[in-house]
Amino acid sequence: MPTTQQIQVRRGDVVVLVGTMKGAFLFRSGPDRARFEMGGPYFPGHSVYALAYDSRAGRQRIWAASSSMHWGSVLNHSDDFGASWTTPEVPTVQFPKGAKALASIWQICPGRADEPEVIYCGVEPAALFESRDAGKSFQLVEGLWQHPHREQWQPGGGGLCLHTVVPDPKVRGRILVAISTGGVYRTEDGGRTWTVRNKGVRAEFLPDKHPEFGQCVHKVARHPGRPDRLYLQNHWGLYRSDDAGDSWQDIARGVPSDFGFCMAVHPHDAETAYIVPLESDGFRCTPEGKLRVYRTRDGGGSWHPLSEGLPQRDAFETVLRDAMGTDEEQRAGIYFGTRSGKLFASRDDGDSWTALAAGLPPVVCVRAARV
Amino acid sequence: MTVTFQLAGFLRSFSGGAREVRLEVPGATVGDALRVLGERHPGISSRVLDEQGSVRRHVNVFIGDLSIRDTGGLATPLRDGSTISLLAAVSGG
Repeated sequence: MPTTQQIQVRRGDVVVLVGTMKGAFLFRSGPDRARFEMGGPYFPGHSVYALAYDSRAGRQRIWAASSSMHWGSVLNHSDDFGASWTTPEVPTVQFPKGAKALASIWQICPGRADEPEVIYCGVEPAALFESRDAGKSFQLVEGLWQHPHREQWQPGGGGLCLHTVVPDPKVRGRILVAISTGGVYRTEDGGRTWTVRNKGVRAEFLPDKHPEFGQCVHKVARHPGRPDRLYLQNHWGLYRSDDAGDSWQDIARGVPSDFGFCMAVHPHDAETAYIVPLESDGFRCTPEGKLRVYRTRDGGGSWHPLSEGLPQRDAFETVLRDAMGTDEEQRAGIYFGTRSGKLFASRDDGDSWTALAAGLPPVVCVRAARV
Repeated sequence: MTVTFQLAGFLRSFSGGAREVRLEVPGATVGDALRVLGERHPGISSRVLDEQGSVRRHVNVFIGDLSIRDTGGLATPLRDGSTISLLAAVSGG
């Protein structure tokens, strides 16, 4: 196994958490985000599809879901930026007897700021788990597991997974989840009951293009300060909701393709969002061999390519659903990784980009935070 | 009866580094032995078996040289002195 390179993270640093098919990596820089150094790989040989940074209740905790083809999936955490990891002897995220076997953890989502003990995990097969003791134990959210639609959900290319969990920071009890393929579901009562929220979202791959459910939603991003504003990257289609998912409007104007996986919202501007369009669901690479992030600054009214510092020749790249993240700086840092193992960062809202790494294993998750 | 588990490298992090674990097993099958192993070393059994009690798809369990996939699965009978190898399959990517 490779030697894991350790790095010293100081308070005030910006860290970028990177999950790959062969382990996790950690990048840190000072507050200026000018130069990053890399630590890792952590969990070498294990895929890490989900990472999260949890700063609630005074923590400096990294959550990492490692998954081995052989030995299963487990939720780990580190309180010292990767110098040591706590791995439960018996995995904490497990289906109850008689249900299913966990295939993989796709999403780790710390709960609301005023509920620092709450953590959610979205998993494959599609289900939601909740912890109310800061991750010591998790329970299956039965209300969603028992939903009458569940038996009709179909696996997408990545499996039948619940990959997005979006708690509402203002409305207690409201959580939105996205499932491939099932679409968007929302609870108003903390998970006891769930209603489908796919109105306006197309299912291009079905005979009925507007079914009640069955959409292949790739990612939903919510603006933290304006939680009714959501953006959705669909398997064909870009959408915005201004009513917390009650309805969705098509915003795919001025993009080379409305197919893609990732979606991120600017941390301080609900009108600004980021995507990486991919050419068709058959090719799934960046159009014209150019790696371009597209940004809207008017809520999806128009989209404009961002390419300064990104390869514009022979760059047939893929950016997967969780492989883009932002920090929370006023001049936002935007970070993304590619399936070919490149990692890029912008520290000016996406105006320009620099490469942080090339040659990583395929990148599947990127998260960033000031610590 | 006494059985000996031989552990793949990854599993040794849950056995204090030991390559082998020897146990007294009251039952007579591989499943019985894995249950006892789970009581002593839950970290090992939860990597070999999923939460529904099935051997994970890419884990191989051998009695001597025989895979239990060919000998009755977890119901495969044991004899006193059996050696059970818990190994990763060659699958990967």
